Amino acid sequence: MSEKKGRFGIHGGQYIPETLMNAVIELEKAYEFYKHDKQFNDELTELLNEYANRPSNLYYAEKLSRELGGAKIYLKREDLNHTGSHKINNVLGQALLAKKMGKTRLIAETGAGQHGVATATAAALMNMECVVFMGEEDTKRQALNVYRMKLLGADVIPVKSGTATLKDAVSETMREWTSRIADTHYCLGSVMGPHPFPTIVRDFQAVISRESRAQILEKEGRLPDAVIACVGGGSNAIGSFYHYIKDDGVKLIGCEAAGRGIDTFETAATVNTGRLGIFHGMKSYFCQDEYGQIAPVYSISAGLDYPGIGPEHAYLHDTGRAEYVPVTDDEAVNAFEYLSRTEGIIPAIESAHAVAYAMKLAPKMDKDKIIIITISGRGDKDCAAIARYRGVDIHE
Amino acid sequence: MNRIKLAFENKKAFIPFITCGDPDIETTEQIIIEAEKNGADLIELGIPFSDPTAEGPVIQGANLRALQGGITTDKVFDMVKRLRETVKVPLVIMTYANVVFSYDADRFMAKCADCGIDGVILPDLPYEEKEEFAPTARKHGVALIPLIAPTSHDRIAMIAREAQGFIYIVSSLGVTGIRSEIKTDIGAIVQVVRENTDTPCAVGFGISTPEQAKKMADLSDGAIVGSAVIKIMAEHGKDSPKYVGEYVRKMKDGIMA
Repeated sequence: MSEKKGRFGIHGGQYIPETLMNAVIELEKAYEFYKHDKQFNDELTELLNEYANRPSNLYYAEKLSRELGGAKIYLKREDLNHTGSHKINNVLGQALLAKKMGKTRLIAETGAGQHGVATATAAALMNMECVVFMGEEDTKRQALNVYRMKLLGADVIPVKSGTATLKDAVSETMREWTSRIADTHYCLGSVMGPHPFPTIVRDFQAVISRESRAQILEKEGRLPDAVIACVGGGSNAIGSFYHYIKDDGVKLIGCEAAGRGIDTFETAATVNTGRLGIFHGMKSYFCQDEYGQIAPVYSISAGLDYPGIGPEHAYLHDTGRAEYVPVTDDEAVNAFEYLSRTEGIIPAIESAHAVAYAMKLAPKMDKDKIIIITISGRGDKDCAAIARYRGVDIHE
Repeated sequence: MNRIKLAFENKKAFIPFITCGDPDIETTEQIIIEAEKNGADLIELGIPFSDPTAEGPVIQGANLRALQGGITTDKVFDMVKRLRETVKVPLVIMTYANVVFSYDADRFMAKCADCGIDGVILPDLPYEEKEEFAPTARKHGVALIPLIAPTSHDRIAMIAREAQGFIYIVSSLGVTGIRSEIKTDIGAIVQVVRENTDTPCAVGFGISTPEQAKKMADLSDGAIVGSAVIKIMAEHGKDSPKYVGEYVRKMKDGIMA
């Protein structure tokens, strides 16, 4: 798919300080070796199956399908993974890789805290030090996850610079990495940043569509008509799409966080409102002003509150293979509540963006059509914030 | 071009870094004039970026203040154009890849040439990605100045061989900011540089005292100081040109001692 190493069409690349170049080259070499190494793959599979509870269920949401009155809806239940989201898939892979490389310390950025919790978990399991950088704003929105990370033995550093959200956490983790490379692996949480991260993270997340493809073939004897996932940096989405990319009949739909709407400044819908740029190590689409200053983005979801999108998504958008649609806070909160009531499944507010779009799409489709929605994480972490959104203070 | 050569001709260069527009563009203009008057051999002009990932807290703060003050890429170019009627010292821009990319690289480099900018330093543009801007920089006679880091090892020769203007040697791991001690074996890096190019090299990151500057300039061709200058600007605001001038004099004297 990429014309040149580390590129997805014109996107991707390695726009990082010289200080980090040998670190990413070393990582790439190690990854190229271990991805073909039987022992590495056996160990990773065992971790995923025995520790992280894979494969995750592909659940037929019969009641939801019936109420919406259109396509059959299946939910890919990444929320049932250990730590409560898809993030663990990538983290176990990277932590194992880092361990093989002789690293003893993991650093990571986190937005909603899902990736931070997953990294802290893997570090605890594998006896590694762990430091998580989290925007100060997000530490307030996701206080429970901060506590979980500390409980797991990680240090959590609140990042006060910039907008004190996910992009600043990424910047600060990059800064930390330039100051300490020898024993430290940057366990990046999304399909973004410099090569080889977008490829490594995608490969580790591709387990989602590898499973769902086999599961739907078993249950329905055919491929789905649409696969829907939420997109911030885009790791659960690329994982959900990957093994369907060559299947032209399968529509791939990424749901971006539109915040208060794409016609406002309070949005994080990168493909719908951004333009081509270079930031955080990659060429891709970014929300930015006319002089290339990165825009302060907004979403109710701390996990989607990022001004960029992974380079492979930018490429899938360019080629038209995937479609990226905006979903507002309001729509996501409605979907959060709707799925909870209808199926007894409380989705992460991030995943609720995907549910919201499916609620619009499914009724327009025939009853013999099939949709898979990836429920990337569970919503326990969001309950306090959604209650606040509805004007209820539940004193977490 | 190439004014940059003049900075290193038969002397060790002192190179201060200034974030443009902190606290305002008029003050920046005066600081440049004072820095030249007091012996700066080359001046690095920072065009602020919202998310400067290579900077420590001091320069991050300057970026923020300058952006809040309304600085833009065009305002920096306009200022340089005005200044160039009197200021003779080589000037290079330091900013991030997206600032150049979003302006349109060719338009950016043409503007540099037009207003008298001699080079551009982009800390997030490593050797592997330099072709993004190198062809247009070359076309307009603007030097794309590379960086070499303590972790560069086997990459030093490759970077040095294609270097233009001068080579920025990053003294330490981590981000910009004042350090009490520089532990990297700068001599060893410079030796590999010399074996591969005649392009001069200067050391930056962490330098704040005349003694440090002299030591680094003796090992290479010059010393670059950013955060220590920015601290003076943060402290004195609009009154800082005089204080920056005094500091530049002190540092230049230190290097020549």
